[in-house]
Amino acid sequence: MFGDYSIGDLGSIFVMQGFAGLILFSVYVLMALGLAIIFGQMGVINMAHGEFMILGAYVTWMTSNLFQSYLPGLFSGYFFLAMILAFLASGALGMLVEWVLIRHLYKRPLDTLLATWGLSLMLQQAYRSIFGAREVGVELPQWMLGSLKVTDSIEVPINGVFVMGLTVLITIVVAYVMYKSRWGRQVRAVVQNRIMAGAVGINTAKVDRLTFALGCGIAGVAGSAFTMIGSTGPTSGQLYIVDTFLVVVFGGAASLLGTIASAFSISQTQSTLEFFTSGSMAKVLTLLAVVGILMLRPQGLFALKVRK
Amino acid sequence: MTDNRFTNRSELIGILVLAVFLVVILPLCLDVFRLNLVAKYLTYAFVALGLVICWGYGGILSLGQGVFFGLGGYCMAMFLKLEASSVENTKIQSTPGIPDFMDWNQITSLPLFWQPFHSLTFTIAAVILVPGLFALVIGAAMFKRRVGGTYFAIITQAVAAILTILIVGQQGYTGGINGMTDLRTLKGWDIRPDHAKVVLYFFEVGLLFICILIAQFIRHSKLGRILVAMRDQEDRVRFSGYSVANFKIFAFCVGAIFAAIGGAMFALQVGFMSPSFVGIVPSIEMVIYTAVGGRLSILGAVYGTMLVNFAKTSLSESFPELWLFGLGGLFIAVVLAFPNGLAGIWQDHVQPRIDRLISSRKPKSESGWTDNSVADGAPAE
Repeated sequence: MFGDYSIGDLGSIFVMQGFAGLILFSVYVLMALGLAIIFGQMGVINMAHGEFMILGAYVTWMTSNLFQSYLPGLFSGYFFLAMILAFLASGALGMLVEWVLIRHLYKRPLDTLLATWGLSLMLQQAYRSIFGAREVGVELPQWMLGSLKVTDSIEVPINGVFVMGLTVLITIVVAYVMYKSRWGRQVRAVVQNRIMAGAVGINTAKVDRLTFALGCGIAGVAGSAFTMIGSTGPTSGQLYIVDTFLVVVFGGAASLLGTIASAFSISQTQSTLEFFTSGSMAKVLTLLAVVGILMLRPQGLFALKVRK
Repeated sequence: MTDNRFTNRSELIGILVLAVFLVVILPLCLDVFRLNLVAKYLTYAFVALGLVICWGYGGILSLGQGVFFGLGGYCMAMFLKLEASSVENTKIQSTPGIPDFMDWNQITSLPLFWQPFHSLTFTIAAVILVPGLFALVIGAAMFKRRVGGTYFAIITQAVAAILTILIVGQQGYTGGINGMTDLRTLKGWDIRPDHAKVVLYFFEVGLLFICILIAQFIRHSKLGRILVAMRDQEDRVRFSGYSVANFKIFAFCVGAIFAAIGGAMFALQVGFMSPSFVGIVPSIEMVIYTAVGGRLSILGAVYGTMLVNFAKTSLSESFPELWLFGLGGLFIAVVLAFPNGLAGIWQDHVQPRIDRLISSRKPKSESGWTDNSVADGAPAE
């Protein structure tokens, strides 16, 4: 399949597709960061994660509509506010879900899968009733459109660079919070041994709730980024949930660095292959490669050595 | 060992009740259209039954049972499709004698992997062997490396996603998103008219009972005890010298083969097969049938499947909006309130009352309908 292109063309194609994959990468990383916290750290299989992401996308869509109708002058900056609102909305929903549902299930991880799947069905229907079954698209502000011309054959989309930068920023913040702050230490303590953490005076219920909310909130931000690459519909989130779980598992569930590396390799493989084969075959080949590697190396790319 | 017999009295009564219900009551009470619906539900009951062995007893949650259901169904559908695409039936095509969707996709000769499906014997073998071997490969790759639990669930889910995308993408070879439609005859016997549907229904119920008996046999054998022990204390079983991986692979393969039989019956009974029965969503729904029936109850799986599907059909006919709320709520309620499903409710609330009613005559009933004494992790001896 490479035969018809010269080396120079191939280089340009790889770079262009690489940048085209950047937004996909960002969505994967943001989704997977949230999931790495919820699944990798807490052990909860959150099948409704895609729906938390879509909530963020809907919030972004509503914010952009509000700005268009009432504050057209500030429209160019709506995205920043939308992201914050998306984070808060998804985080608040996450907190509620943890309180109603998840906290009863920490001892039965496989059952969280079924319960959250039920939750995702209910959320999908709720979105359909509230926002309608039609997919909605968000209008981007002027400065995010267009692309930077690097060389004659290479152009870089601005929104891709923007989302990419944002992802890096959020990743750094999350890593700092999880590994450097006092609260992050409490989270890791609770995850490792809930009973002992409680015994040394950590309020485990509160830590659990905030951790889950943080993971969901990040999914909401992922939803904001998602509005740039796709239109938002009630079931859009479901398409990403398997990919996201694979990203987390492939990276090694407990490792944030692994999550980023695997999100990068999966999104770039898929994006590059999409140029040479059809979209569906690209997806099949990527997923097959991931499953194949996981069968050879089930602990993922970056495994932490821990005693069980 | 008090429980080492093939089945005990209350279980035998349960099986007989189900047999009377399926063989006598339903065919007498329902018209052919409704009976055909029941037949469709029962094809899923095979999957649910496999999940009881694999998930309830073996502790292996597979979210990819749709893969095996689909493989079995597609094997059967390929045979039926080839028979329906005889040269006379497909005269108008540019290449007569190949399935219509191949002709639409500019394929001019039958692909090699389709060729053996001219033979019914090969097809029946393939219905069992293709999914069985596929499960063997996945199971061996995963369980030998001690991958289990949530990881296994996610990987089976990915396999379901891959197979769906592949089937939809390779339209010329598989019929794409529409699947294989317009299946007509089985060895010259028309499967479409009402009387054929009724015959197929009874055949299917017969197969279902064979599977139920196999499941009963597995559960009451030493094998079933090891599965339960493994689910509850994997390390202890391993330290006792058993090869945990092999037992898991076995349970997974049994689940896969049951699902495949269900899929093949689906293709016969409903007359088509499509990727919408393969993917992630149907696979998880199949898990729910088992969860609602009670993941530890062989008969509960059949009742759970029929109940959920009946609710789905009637709710989505009259209140399509409410159906997803209902299904989602059911998932959550089953997990939070009734982890052992219908069978658990029966066991805890109905069975004791019946026992009390007849206890004046009989000192103590043997273990119950679902046999939770073995399954719940209580000492089996």
